[in-house]
Amino acid sequence: MEQIKRFLSDFGLPRIIIAVFLLALFMMAPAVGVNVPDALKDVFNRFGMNGILVLALIPMIQAGCGLNFGLPLGIIAGLLGATISIEMGYVGAYGFFFAILTALSFGSFFGLAYGALLNRVKGGEMMIATYVGLSSVMLMQIGWLALPYKSAVMIYGFSGEGLRPTISVDGFWRNILDNFMSIKIYDIFDNMVVTISDFWAYIPGIKWYGKIPGNDIGKWLYEPKLIFAFPTGTILLFLFVALIVWAFFHMKTGTAMTAVGSNPIYARAAGINVNRMRTISVMLSTMLGAMGIIVYQQSFGFIQLYDGPLYMAFPAIAAILIGGARVNKASLPNVFTGVILYQGILVMTPLIFNAMLKLDMSDVIRIIVSQGMILYALTRKTKVLK
Amino acid sequence: MKKLRLFLIENSVVITFIVLLAIAIPASKLPGQFLLQEILTRLGRSSFLVISLLLPIMAGMGLNFGMVLGAMAGQIGLIFISDWGVIGIPGLLLAMIISLPISVILGWLCGSIMNKAKGREMVTGYILAFFMNGVYMLFALYAMGIIIPVLNLELLLSRGFGLRNVIDLINVRQCLETFIPLKIAGVNIPVLNYLIIAAVGIFIVWFRKTKFGQDMRAAGQDRAVASAAGISVDRTRIFAIIISTVLAGFGQIIFLQNMGTINTTNSHEQTGLFAIASLLIGGASVTKASIPNALIGVILFHLLFLVAPMAGKNLVGSAMIGEYFRQFVSYGVIALALVLYEWKRVAQEDASRAMLRGGVAPDKGKVNTL
Repeated sequence: MEQIKRFLSDFGLPRIIIAVFLLALFMMAPAVGVNVPDALKDVFNRFGMNGILVLALIPMIQAGCGLNFGLPLGIIAGLLGATISIEMGYVGAYGFFFAILTALSFGSFFGLAYGALLNRVKGGEMMIATYVGLSSVMLMQIGWLALPYKSAVMIYGFSGEGLRPTISVDGFWRNILDNFMSIKIYDIFDNMVVTISDFWAYIPGIKWYGKIPGNDIGKWLYEPKLIFAFPTGTILLFLFVALIVWAFFHMKTGTAMTAVGSNPIYARAAGINVNRMRTISVMLSTMLGAMGIIVYQQSFGFIQLYDGPLYMAFPAIAAILIGGARVNKASLPNVFTGVILYQGILVMTPLIFNAMLKLDMSDVIRIIVSQGMILYALTRKTKVLK
Repeated sequence: MKKLRLFLIENSVVITFIVLLAIAIPASKLPGQFLLQEILTRLGRSSFLVISLLLPIMAGMGLNFGMVLGAMAGQIGLIFISDWGVIGIPGLLLAMIISLPISVILGWLCGSIMNKAKGREMVTGYILAFFMNGVYMLFALYAMGIIIPVLNLELLLSRGFGLRNVIDLINVRQCLETFIPLKIAGVNIPVLNYLIIAAVGIFIVWFRKTKFGQDMRAAGQDRAVASAAGISVDRTRIFAIIISTVLAGFGQIIFLQNMGTINTTNSHEQTGLFAIASLLIGGASVTKASIPNALIGVILFHLLFLVAPMAGKNLVGSAMIGEYFRQFVSYGVIALALVLYEWKRVAQEDASRAMLRGGVAPDKGKVNTL
């Protein structure tokens, strides 16, 4: 009994409710005629898309700077990277990595300034972070309009200046990671065909069709039906970045950072430069946010400028909190479970509700679940228990 | 001379905005009479909302981002009276009466939640506003017509339930402004609005002087001391939020009857931002705000609102840049006020810690290491 109680208080009631809710949704799915492989495809896709953005929250939480409501600042760095890469006309993998590198360098500058600011307002970081994020988005609106971008695919056609609100990355690096070693299952003449990227196709059962080049599949006379796809590349990159974050928090700097977050007085007594650690955490957070949005865009297919990033911190924060993070403690398992649970709910609720009630309540449910989770975390006592 | 410098520092935000407007107003080339008319209207329409923020600031709870809850309650009142077809001033009064219990419940909820998150009331209120927005959408888009009967079918979507995106307030549109018609030199003056604002101003001033108001101020200055003096701090704080929420509800009703339409799902979203930005532009801070701050703020904020697009067009050749600049200013001024407030607070904490160490000022490099 005692153990159950402890588990409940550790894991948190809302989290259990959400997990049970999601499980129930998945169990109901076949009964109400929802295509489960399709839903799973979406969940995996969104897992890869949002993973790094959620990961970006870990350093600041661990260093005691709270939930990074200022994530839009990092996202702006990412947008700068993406648009500059397109402006230069770089395509394919080169364009993608150029975008990430540019974004990381902008992110480090922004993070440095943002960190210096947050060091002066200790204890009130979250509210400041919110408004730093919001006002930087607003300031950049002027930037998107006034910066001297020239690329014809990005600027307004009629006036010839100013970027468009949404820019397609088609023809540059759309789905470049998603398609890298992706596992796809097609339905070809009622046969299941499994392809791994551009490798050999395998048909369970009887026949070999020979090579099916993944990208040329549209040239077939008969349009093969995509049943399921697994974005291997995106998820591999996410796992790789997660590994780096994990390794970082097991090195000297990372451990010191955790110490600062757990007990700043003790950390200072141990000779750790508290401000420096906090600045590094903010820089890391901003840089990961910058990288995360580019990975998001390659999956999503579009760069959203102007007020697009305004509320982008909320889904990420809701996800990590659903995964079990607190305002001052977060770990990688929190990120994994959180993203799966949160994105799972985002994918499943509209499908199930549409199928059952002919009613799309997904927006309302999304708002209540995500904001409710943040509210719950804010009202909990933030003492470190273990 | 020293006095002058102090005055300049204390009013730096207001002065900055006056300078900004001194450039922007001539550049916009808008006629003076138009601006005067607009400002008088907007003063009558928005001041009430801004004044609703004052009490929580006095109670030490900072800027009440949870005022949006009150705005939602006000909208619910207006939705019901347009359903029932109640016209004119009685309609507005009925809307206020309907909004009152909803505001009290929401305010109590908001206050209780903020009490659980002492020290970060603002961010909690900010998130609470988003959360309640979800609940409000549940009410407006699903409950109306299914659980709550709606008489006027024109309010509903064609699917038979859920409110339409825009609700026309034809029954009560501008009935306050036209109640006492007064026109001076071609400019309409909304007399009744000003009387209502004066009344709420007098209420605030009176309330501050009551025992309860004094308790509130004490709780705002130092919770521990107030608690030791026998004041129930938590109850006082909840009360401050309830009053603020109720006033915000009334304020939203006044605001929307002037606008003439409700955007069902997002009329309230900008309310908090605009009210808080106005108050701060008027020279208020997170810990100190007065009625003059509110009124000056509304005038300056809305002047900027009016002239920014045209000024942008005439100065830099793009109306959008002017508009984006105005949006940046409304968020930026809140960011600035918050930073100044926290900065001061951290500096004070450092100073008091230094006092504990024996009055030795901490050396420059080590300030803020904690």
